[in-house]
Amino acid sequence: MDVLRLSAFDPYAELKDFVARQSGAGAVASLIGLCRAESGRVKTLVLDHFPGFTETEIARLMAQTRDRFALEDLCVIHRAGRIAPGEPIVLVAAAATHRRAAFDAVDFLMDYLKTEAPFWKKEEGPDGARWIEPRSQDLENKLRWTGDRED
Amino acid sequence: MARILLFGKLAETAGWRERHLALPADIKTLSALRAYLADSHQEIGAASTRAAVNKRLVHGDDPVSDDDEVAFMPPMSGG
Repeated sequence: MDVLRLSAFDPYAELKDFVARQSGAGAVASLIGLCRAESGRVKTLVLDHFPGFTETEIARLMAQTRDRFALEDLCVIHRAGRIAPGEPIVLVAAAATHRRAAFDAVDFLMDYLKTEAPFWKKEEGPDGARWIEPRSQDLENKLRWTGDRED
Repeated sequence: MARILLFGKLAETAGWRERHLALPADIKTLSALRAYLADSHQEIGAASTRAAVNKRLVHGDDPVSDDDEVAFMPPMSGG
């Protein structure tokens, strides 16, 4: 599975291809995550990853998403390496018969990518570099999907 | 020799990403290896540091040997 990209990718071309290969779907929902400039504080976002493991873990999270929601298809493309502000970091797209499953699947998978995908982020800027860890908001977002509710 | 991998901030703090290590005779489990490495690299022993043996995430403890690849990883953050 061609999930990881080590150089810039075109999310619009990828999304176009994804939509074009659907036959039974009635809805496609998608999210494009962008590298923030943080008002000039970030010149480069460096995404460290673990070749061979990062891909497997993303595949596991995708399988979890497919198990939970009634999807026709699911797509993830994730950057690694050195990323400039404004460049896409991630594309998640879900195709389903009806829109709710597609929206929810994208939301769910993004929450899990944020906290469980094997990437390590470092922001480099004029004031130096700092490693980014998941925010408590990211962990809280993921907790929305656990507990009693079953979709 | 076991292959030890570090990622993210752990690698930067330790000053290395990959090392081949002949495991001392008394290191037979992941937790023993973790404690052994944490002597010189404290963050490896942190509760938030995850481990993968041969690219499989280990939740509890696991046996480790000289044939294994053992990765230590700080909190993950994709997307």
